[in-house]
Amino acid sequence: MKEKAAKKEKVSRVAMPEQKPEIRRRNFDEVPTGYTVAMAQEEAARCLQCKKPGCVDGCPVSVDIPGFINLISQGDFTGAIRHVWTKNALPAVCGRVCPQEIQCEGKCIVGKRGEAVAIGNLERFVADWERENGTGALPPQAPSTGKKVAVVGSGPSGLTVAGDLIQKGYDVTVLEAFHKPGGVLVYGIPEFRLPKAIVAQEINFLERQGVRLKVNAVVGRTVSLDELFEEGYEAVYLGVGAGLPRFMNLPGENLIGILSANEYLTRANLMKAYRYPDVDTPIPKGKNVVVLGAGNVAMDSARTAMRLGADSVKIVYRRSRDEMPARAAEIHHAEEEGIEFFLLTNPTQFKGDQKGRLTGMECLKMELGEPDDSGRRRPIAIKGSEFHMDTDLVIVAVGSGANPLLTQSTPDMELNKWGYIVADPETGKTTKKGVWAGGDIVTGAATVILAMGAGRKAADAIHQYLTWGW
Amino acid sequence: MFKIVKREEMAEGTVILNKIEAPMIAKKAKPGQFVILKANEDGERIPLTMADTDPDKGTLTIIYMVVGKSTALFKTLKVGDTFQDVIGPLGKPTHLEKLGKVVCVGGGTGVAVLHPITRALKQIGNNVTCIIGSRTKDLLILESQMKAASNDLRVCTDDGTYGHHGFVTDVLKEVLEAGDVKLVVGIGPVPMMRAVANLTRPFEVKTLVSLNPIMIDGTGMCGGCRVSVGGETKFACVDGPEFDGHQVNFDELMLRLQAYCEDEKACYEDYCTLREAT
Ligand SMILES: Cc1cc2nc3c(=O)[nH]c(=O)nc-3n(C[C@H](O)[C@H](O)[C@H](O)COP(=O)(O)OP(=O)(O)OC[C@H]3O[C@@H](n4cnc5c(N)ncnc54)[C@H](O)[C@@H]3O)c2cc1C
Ligand SMILES: Cc1cc2nc3c(=O)[nH]c(=O)nc-3n(C[C@H](O)[C@H](O)[C@H](O)COP(=O)(O)OP(=O)(O)OC[C@H]3O[C@@H](n4cnc5c(N)ncnc54)[C@H](O)[C@@H]3O)c2cc1C
Ligand code: SF4
Ligand code: FES
Repeated sequence: MKEKAAKKEKVSRVAMPEQKPEIRRRNFDEVPTGYTVAMAQEEAARCLQCKKPGCVDGCPVSVDIPGFINLISQGDFTGAIRHVWTKNALPAVCGRVCPQEIQCEGKCIVGKRGEAVAIGNLERFVADWERENGTGALPPQAPSTGKKVAVVGSGPSGLTVAGDLIQKGYDVTVLEAFHKPGGVLVYGIPEFRLPKAIVAQEINFLERQGVRLKVNAVVGRTVSLDELFEEGYEAVYLGVGAGLPRFMNLPGENLIGILSANEYLTRANLMKAYRYPDVDTPIPKGKNVVVLGAGNVAMDSARTAMRLGADSVKIVYRRSRDEMPARAAEIHHAEEEGIEFFLLTNPTQFKGDQKGRLTGMECLKMELGEPDDSGRRRPIAIKGSEFHMDTDLVIVAVGSGANPLLTQSTPDMELNKWGYIVADPETGKTTKKGVWAGGDIVTGAATVILAMGAGRKAADAIHQYLTWGW
Repeated sequence: MFKIVKREEMAEGTVILNKIEAPMIAKKAKPGQFVILKANEDGERIPLTMADTDPDKGTLTIIYMVVGKSTALFKTLKVGDTFQDVIGPLGKPTHLEKLGKVVCVGGGTGVAVLHPITRALKQIGNNVTCIIGSRTKDLLILESQMKAASNDLRVCTDDGTYGHHGFVTDVLKEVLEAGDVKLVVGIGPVPMMRAVANLTRPFEVKTLVSLNPIMIDGTGMCGGCRVSVGGETKFACVDGPEFDGHQVNFDELMLRLQAYCEDEKACYEDYCTLREAT
């Protein structure tokens, strides 16, 4: 056994084929193109089938990773996807966007000596295989309970709740403010990272199971939370995300050519503005683009700008490389595509012309000092390091906050000091009777899988409440 | 899908009225609120104020000027056709209060936005003087409706073809000088609203304006609609669209409205050429 393990360690990870950087930087097609069956089985064979697997501990929803990988090795792809589904309803999405390097793959035993098993790639493989070759059979459904549940917000969190509760026999309606369901999966994460056809199919799968979708329904405006109860819903789940864009509050920030990442990505993804003028929504096309921030949102904005034809795209970030919050894979992809990184750099003001259009940005160089509240070393401005950067498009991706639209119209629900909803971490229960919440609106901007995990816990709690009354 | 049940052309076909079936929105809407409409799958999300609503029949009315590609596309929709998406009611309703003498000033399609506000202000017992204007007589809209909605209607045209020869601000000045005005509501093109606010400032009369920046979601998620009010950045779609006219940075708003001007002009021209060709 020891020998077998030692031998396996030497086998390197099967790389997923991807579009070449010089080609993909100008198109919106997906970057990695997926494993073939042979590749998947070769990679699956690298798994040691550990008795005490690290990967499962690292997975926020405890997918039985060695279990499904074993089924892939045996060629039982239907079995593998069914195995994943018991814990994760959106594997085609998670296989593509989860930060595996700090979750499952970060804890993989093989990874201690060499490259971790490519768990994300395998998860994506089985999900794609099912989509292309599976029977599309619906999961079994419990007999109808006759009870109505409303889910507000159709991001990964809300979709998870809807999927779980429809299978438990509830009558589920999802209310979404936008004209299309999917949350960040459709308006935020770009096509080249998560094809919208995949999200659409996941949603269609829910609809086929009987989930009702009401788009253009802004809860707090079109209908209030209390009115939902009056309409006969017995429980409500709030998965409205953290969609309030943050700005830098610097002089000149309202010049034309400065957009929040939310606006920029919504134009590009939800409104498909990269196809303008074939579609009607325009998007600013910068020549020298600057993206402020270094998370996933910043990487997505920078790579979108490159694809829209920019001459140069710069990521400007006030801390150093080690603190960049984006997934490692995305930083790597961005660099390959020619995105430049200006680290330890902070803007101080924006400059424009007489027409109110952005022309440049004043910056300061930074150095790292003592650790701050977040445990990361605090960036401190270096005196006399001012310099100018020409730019005609700045995308602000420095984080987001809680949108008060719904919560303002619901005074009897407790919020924390940042405006996020206070909810029990184990059940998602809020301080308002019959109302649960989870995902980014509770935790602040986090990840797809954490939003889904919160959804699953809440679905269980809602089921208990509607069955037993607690 | 949201069906158009009535359609009218006004102001020589430059302004269109649509009455649309949207029962959920009609039931909730209050004066001053707007909707966002999208005609089809590839369409743009266009904000338009509700000029009227009928909660019993479940309909709302929009009145819009044809200025670019999307509004030109809306113009082609006939009775029985549908908008794919209508979202609302959005924005804060007008704060309605009984104050006494109130003046409502409207220019261009701003008159449509002003109509429900004027009517509501009168209904709660204000004495409402209404001043509406347009470039020329044939472009004037909603005269009879505004007459019914107010206590006293004054009409102006820039070229003197009808009513007072001159701008709405000329008449407003006379009314302000007569004294006792408690509130002015000014809605129209940005230069008109700026002129109204500048005029009322020395009189220290509270002045509301309704801002129309470029919007996408209309729910506070993008910040595209940001305006500077009293030196602070506000999102017009959730904090407005109505603001204290004495605090608004109109110059910035004017510039920001031009953000996509060149792209959109080209797009509109292509669209018009295409439509003429087919
Ligand atoms: C550009 C970008 C890239 C990202 N990349 C990654 C990544 O690679 N990996 C990863 O794990 N995470 C990533 N994230 C984070 C991840 O997408 C979020 O953590 C996750 O989507 C949160 O899910 P949610 O269901 O809580 O909310 P959301 O996905 O935000 O969905 C909330 C939904 O609720 C709707 N809504 C809001 N208010 C109302 C209302 N009043 N009435 C009705 N509907 C309402 C919204 O329109 C939206 O559709 C990224 C985020 C962004 C923005
Ligand atoms: C809250 C709100 C309420 C509104 N209510 C009404 C209404 O009741 N009736 C009405 O006729 N219009 C109203 N507008 C303006 C209307 O939304 C715009 O005229 C419309 O978006 C133009 O779209 P388009 O594609 O036809 O023209 P575009 O091609 O987008 O633009 C054509 C020209 O109009 C300018 N423009 C673009 N967007 C706007 C805008 N938001 N406001 C003003 N000018 C703009 C552009 O600079 C360009 O020069 C409202 C706007 C807002 C934000
Ligand atoms: S830790 Fe790695 S090797 Fe072990 S079971 Fe998980 S994926 Fe396989
Ligand atoms: S329109 Fe997006 S925040 Fe106002």
